[in-house]
Amino acid sequence: MIEGPRRWCFLAAIGFAVVAAAQAGEIPASDRRTDYQLMSPELRQMQDDDTVNPGMLWVLDGEALWERKEGSQGKSCADCHGGAAASMKGVAARYPTIDPKLGQPIDLEGRINACRTVHQGAPPLDFESKELLALTVYVARQSKGLPIDIPDNPATARFVDAGRSIFERRQGQLNLSCAQCHDDNWGQKLAGATIPQGHPNGYPVYRLEWQSLGSLQRRLRNCLFGMRAEPYAYGASEMTELELFLAWRARGLAIETPAVRP
Amino acid sequence: MTRALINVPAKAKRGDIIEIKTLISHPMESGYRVGTNGQMIPRDIIHRFVCTYNGDEVFRAELSPAIAANPFISFFTVATESGSIAFEWAGDNGFAASERADITIE
Amino acid sequence: MNLNRRQFLVGSAGIGLAAALPLGTATATPAMLEEAIHGVVGEATLHQGKVTLDVPPLVENGNVVPLTITVDSPMSEADHVKAIHVFNEKNPQPHVISIAFGPRAGKAIVSTRIKLAEAQRVVGIAEMSDGSFWSGEAHVIVTIAACVEDVN
Repeated sequence: MIEGPRRWCFLAAIGFAVVAAAQAGEIPASDRRTDYQLMSPELRQMQDDDTVNPGMLWVLDGEALWERKEGSQGKSCADCHGGAAASMKGVAARYPTIDPKLGQPIDLEGRINACRTVHQGAPPLDFESKELLALTVYVARQSKGLPIDIPDNPATARFVDAGRSIFERRQGQLNLSCAQCHDDNWGQKLAGATIPQGHPNGYPVYRLEWQSLGSLQRRLRNCLFGMRAEPYAYGASEMTELELFLAWRARGLAIETPAVRP
Repeated sequence: MTRALINVPAKAKRGDIIEIKTLISHPMESGYRVGTNGQMIPRDIIHRFVCTYNGDEVFRAELSPAIAANPFISFFTVATESGSIAFEWAGDNGFAASERADITIE
Repeated sequence: MNLNRRQFLVGSAGIGLAAALPLGTATATPAMLEEAIHGVVGEATLHQGKVTLDVPPLVENGNVVPLTITVDSPMSEADHVKAIHVFNEKNPQPHVISIAFGPRAGKAIVSTRIKLAEAQRVVGIAEMSDGSFWSGEAHVIVTIAACVEDVN
């Protein structure tokens, strides 16, 4: 029978082993890196230089929308939040978060629409609309350089786990899971392209494939289409759970919004 | 909504060769893509970009469908005198946009 | 400075012509590229040199390919680049961009982003103030990022 402090160490060791087993396949923190590193020097320069980054067109739109009075309340974002640089700093780094009223994860787009309906008396903006993208990228950009920071508490963990099970589940006609490419085979080649780790730290992102700025949910739908699986609808609970898991999985990586990606 | 992002130095010395960067929001639909209905998506591009410096044309480009969306064009010009550098874009479906930036020569 | 608009427009008229071609015709061939170049150069000698095309040799997505064209020229009143024409080999049509310059440019350097359908040559032709033509080219391999979406 193990007594005293050694008993706690023993139980902790078992607990640790159980937790470690549940995370088998996850990229270790020391190997976790941004997909920026896979890009050519020309694309990195396109991202780094604000005077040439196409995503900046939407950031400037967002800056204007931040000041625009909206809805039955006739309020702008600025009326409640003041200058975004101060009030929004750090916000994107901790999203998605658990909405206390809904008891469910909510992403930045969802939060912006909640503000519109509840506080501005304005209708929600459509997914992937220019305006929602502009506001989201403007808010997220205020966290540029800050590390993603999803808290480690039971309320969040429950939804992180739900997202993880989607990430690890085999799906679609190819019977493929996200983890098989992005945890187990990142860095290897798939049809000429290098498989990225698949982190959400640059979203909304200017994707060359889209020739436009787009959201993480749009990218996830592309992934599912590529896997020949049924893409989840915009705003589905699976989407926000997956977004939350991806943020948690990328914890510590710096926000790069608006990133450029192939 | 923002149409264009222009970068022109605010000040320069007479004779300096300055770099000008321009980025404008536009889908540059090539006219060669097929939509979900099986029909060709019609061409919709910017086809001309002109830069004038105090009214004198210093740069002109004719763009084709092979230019990427949200056209980025950067080029150089000699800083000759203080004044206004103007940019104009013209395209299909009556698209027209213009921007200007002032420059002071020391 | 007067850009000789008529000469420039004649050189780039090909872009207008290409737009009038029935869309959806076969992709461009090297023959179309040669014809487009001939439209600019005519019977004059096309010298190799002075024109450098900076483009990544391997590109992650053909939708947005950074391209910088540099022409070696003093850009003086007496000796400068009048126009640059860029062509491609395998896109549905051979034109990329035509640029009119003059000595007020200071440097004959232009950067832009182009679309390339597949691995191919990109050719740049510079027309000098003395009427001579110079060319340079680059070869680009295009890969596409995995997991693309439906065209929507």
